[in-house]
Amino acid sequence: MTFSFWHRQKRDSELEEELQSHLQMAAHDRTDRGETLEQATSAARRDLGNITLIKEVTREMWGWASLERLMQDLRYGLRMLAKSPGFAAVTILTLALGIGPNTALFSVVNGVLFNPLPYPHPDELVWVAESKPNFATGSISFPNFRDWQKNNHTFSSMAAYRPYSYNLTGLGDAEQLRAMLITSDFFTVLGVHPVLGRSFVPGEDEIGAAPIAMITAGFWKRKFASSPDAIGKPLALDGKNYSIVGVIPPGFDLALGSFRNVDVFVPLGQWSNPLLPKRGAGLGIHGIGRLNQGVSIAQARADMQGVTESLAAEYPDVDKGIGAAVRSLKQTMVGEMRLFLLTLLAAVGFVLLIACVNVANLMVARSSVRAREFAIRAALGASRGRILRQLLTESVLLSLTGGALGLLLAGWGTQAVLQRLPVNLPRSSEVSLDARVLIFALVISLACGIFFGLAPAFKSARSDLHDSLKEGGRGASGTRRRAQGIFVIVEVGMALVLLIAAGLMIRSLGALWRVNPGFDPHNILTFGVALPPSTNHGGPAEARAALRQLNDALKAVPGVTASSLSWGAIPLENDDEDLFWIEGKPKPASDNDMSWALSYVVQESYLQLMKIPLERGRFFTERDNENTAHVIVVDDVFAKQYFPGQDPIGQHIFLQNKGGRAEIIGIVGHVKQWGLDTDDTESLRAQLYFPYMQLPDQALDASSWSGTAALVRYDPRTPAIADELRIAMRKLSSGHAMYAAQTMDEIISSSLATRRVAMILLGVFAALALGLASLGIYGVISYLVGQRTQEIGVRLALGAKHVDVLRLILGEGMKMAGLGLAVGLLAALGLTRLMAGLLFGVSATDPLTFVSLAALLAIVALAACYIPARRAMRVDPIVALRYE
Amino acid sequence: MTPRYQNRIELLQGTLDLLILQTLRWGPQHGYGISQAIRTNSGDILQVDTGSLYPALHRLERQKWISADWKISGNKQRVRVYRLTAKGRKQLASERSRWAQVSDAIAGVLNPAKRESET
Repeated sequence: MTFSFWHRQKRDSELEEELQSHLQMAAHDRTDRGETLEQATSAARRDLGNITLIKEVTREMWGWASLERLMQDLRYGLRMLAKSPGFAAVTILTLALGIGPNTALFSVVNGVLFNPLPYPHPDELVWVAESKPNFATGSISFPNFRDWQKNNHTFSSMAAYRPYSYNLTGLGDAEQLRAMLITSDFFTVLGVHPVLGRSFVPGEDEIGAAPIAMITAGFWKRKFASSPDAIGKPLALDGKNYSIVGVIPPGFDLALGSFRNVDVFVPLGQWSNPLLPKRGAGLGIHGIGRLNQGVSIAQARADMQGVTESLAAEYPDVDKGIGAAVRSLKQTMVGEMRLFLLTLLAAVGFVLLIACVNVANLMVARSSVRAREFAIRAALGASRGRILRQLLTESVLLSLTGGALGLLLAGWGTQAVLQRLPVNLPRSSEVSLDARVLIFALVISLACGIFFGLAPAFKSARSDLHDSLKEGGRGASGTRRRAQGIFVIVEVGMALVLLIAAGLMIRSLGALWRVNPGFDPHNILTFGVALPPSTNHGGPAEARAALRQLNDALKAVPGVTASSLSWGAIPLENDDEDLFWIEGKPKPASDNDMSWALSYVVQESYLQLMKIPLERGRFFTERDNENTAHVIVVDDVFAKQYFPGQDPIGQHIFLQNKGGRAEIIGIVGHVKQWGLDTDDTESLRAQLYFPYMQLPDQALDASSWSGTAALVRYDPRTPAIADELRIAMRKLSSGHAMYAAQTMDEIISSSLATRRVAMILLGVFAALALGLASLGIYGVISYLVGQRTQEIGVRLALGAKHVDVLRLILGEGMKMAGLGLAVGLLAALGLTRLMAGLLFGVSATDPLTFVSLAALLAIVALAACYIPARRAMRVDPIVALRYE
Repeated sequence: MTPRYQNRIELLQGTLDLLILQTLRWGPQHGYGISQAIRTNSGDILQVDTGSLYPALHRLERQKWISADWKISGNKQRVRVYRLTAKGRKQLASERSRWAQVSDAIAGVLNPAKRESET
């Protein structure tokens, strides 16, 4: 049966005619029996019943009724909303503000946590590392990696990688490039093919192979204007020419650790680090792998356990106790963001619920105004279901419009916010409004519409026709009042949960800021330095001279009060480790039996520069150099751990990779290398300081300079200190480069960035919730006061005092608020535990936070009740009674 | 007040269909005529609610068990007249036998003794 409007109208008029003929025949029969025409007509009409309803039920039999009805409801709904544009605007805006952030956050969670990695068969991708006594996921030595690659039975391919940085010369000004040293299988594992040229082939990653490189599309565009001629061109990295063989597709953005935005990929074998071929060396190399089809991570782990156990048997001196850690690559990339994102998603969900409850409140208030309209419709033959449907159509219409607006907000705002987020969010480039996000927005919009549509709908449809008509729409609505009471309780409860979550974050951050990092981070600038490749060609003496010259140049910059080079370690940023054993104890048989310490290779002014307290003995001087006996300074953790009950000063230790025997000459305070929050719980905390100039000659090869940094303390009144330093370096030579400059304060604050963002967003959500909830309470109490104006008038007329009225209204409001607070406290007790991982220095059920925020909310609720309560107090009994 | 009509439709649906089809077996008839016929033939016991009758007629028409035409009645009035289709005749037969089964079954339940004596 085709749906045609014309056809439909014809059938309608035919139905009308059919029923009219029925009436006439019935009336005719009655007049035949002797009734008057008038009597007969009205009796026939009475017998027939509600003609509108008969028509409606009959029409339903035609089959197209549901669509027809929907169109009718929609038209009617639109008309009703157009009649009260203020209400519609407020509702739609409230919902858009609720649905927008939810959709935005969901699109982030979806892109980062839910979506598979953007590579073929992403489930097969894993991340591998060596598990060692000190590190659950330590670096893999190159020879071990080769054996893993050869001996495993569960991986279809495996590759090693190591972040690196090169000084690029010959293409404009010298600049520092972010590089990744990789083995040939790296892109095979990921299933990424070059857009131009080729990938590395097996053998090209070996030590001694010809120098080649692959570049990223961004670098290709920046330096070669995306010209195909780039293939075969030389790239001068640290003074050595690498021939470009391939270009990686644009959009390739694999975040491994904090290392992103790589410019160039170079075969791992090109690394001239003398330790690379050593099986015991820990050089920051990790691996990725692709499992064979159908192999689980557990199976891969079991397989790798066999591989590492046989290696340990074969090379007991270096591989004893070394296992393999295998994790899903996706988890490794997004691991720590999970709790952060899910907490925020939950919080923003609460805001939406509160917004929904507020809208439901509005709808209830409105439905009381419309009670008469519904009563009339029911009297005219609309069934209860029909009225329910009508109300739902209207609310879903509102929520879908709000949802669409929210989606626009989300689409427009998500990327903008992501780019400004001070958090290094992995996979952020993969965040987009995909089908799942659209469905999410649609589903929550519909759910909202049904939720707040049903609340008043249920009430209205049940209300007694008679009463509604009689009361002229003012309703003696006990149920309605109860519904609104529940709304207030829910709102207050949820607002309290959000407030407590935000409060706990604020207290955590406060506690973290109070943590003493062990040094004074203010007015310190750190930056990477690159020396010209030519420095490489002289001997170690020349290298030392170049380093001294560089530090002198930095020190001479006006405004700099102290300056020190550092071989690689910057607290909270990079770490470096040394193996050692204590003199007087037998030399350990293998590297694995040696002790580990965090190592800082710095110059004499470092201690004064960082304001690390000297506890005993002395720090280095200029005289502790390449010509004098080796000395080290240790921190108090080192002293307590390795010399318990003894004086470490004057004792000697042997450093495995830094020239052997060294005397301990001083003890300094501990520095929180691993971050303000987790340092205390790390297993590796002992620290030692080594004089830069006493580095063994082979360590002064330019190839080990990658990661060399400088730290300067400066006068905060100096403008643009970083520019001054850059100019000073440029004056030394055009091959000197400065990169990645950041202040120590920035390093500390970015170490807290995730928590800070969580705190800010939770705070914003909590403030929004507080505002919405107090609006909700205010609205409900105002409404109740309006409803009870007469009652209050009577009370006043009978001699009640104004204060009694005030107490009555406040009491009513506070009863709801109190219940809401109780519900909120209970809910918070259960829910804040889930975010314990984001907290620091405060328990998830911190009584002070709970009580003080409950009190704050109680005060706000009291204020929200007070305004309508005052209005109630001022009710003029005469006016109120006459009003009736 | 409102829900009554729909309840009746549901209650009488099966039976009402049977009664309508049976009534139309004697020839084409309009809605009013059908309701009068059912009433007369049942000895004034069964009163067909108009609110049930017309929805039922339109539904049966949609199921193609009956068809409708406009005719001019004796009073020169245009009336909608329903007639049984071939499909409707089959339907009537099956509904009748089903009804016979149901009423036998109910009778059996109501008078168990009689049934026993028969066996």
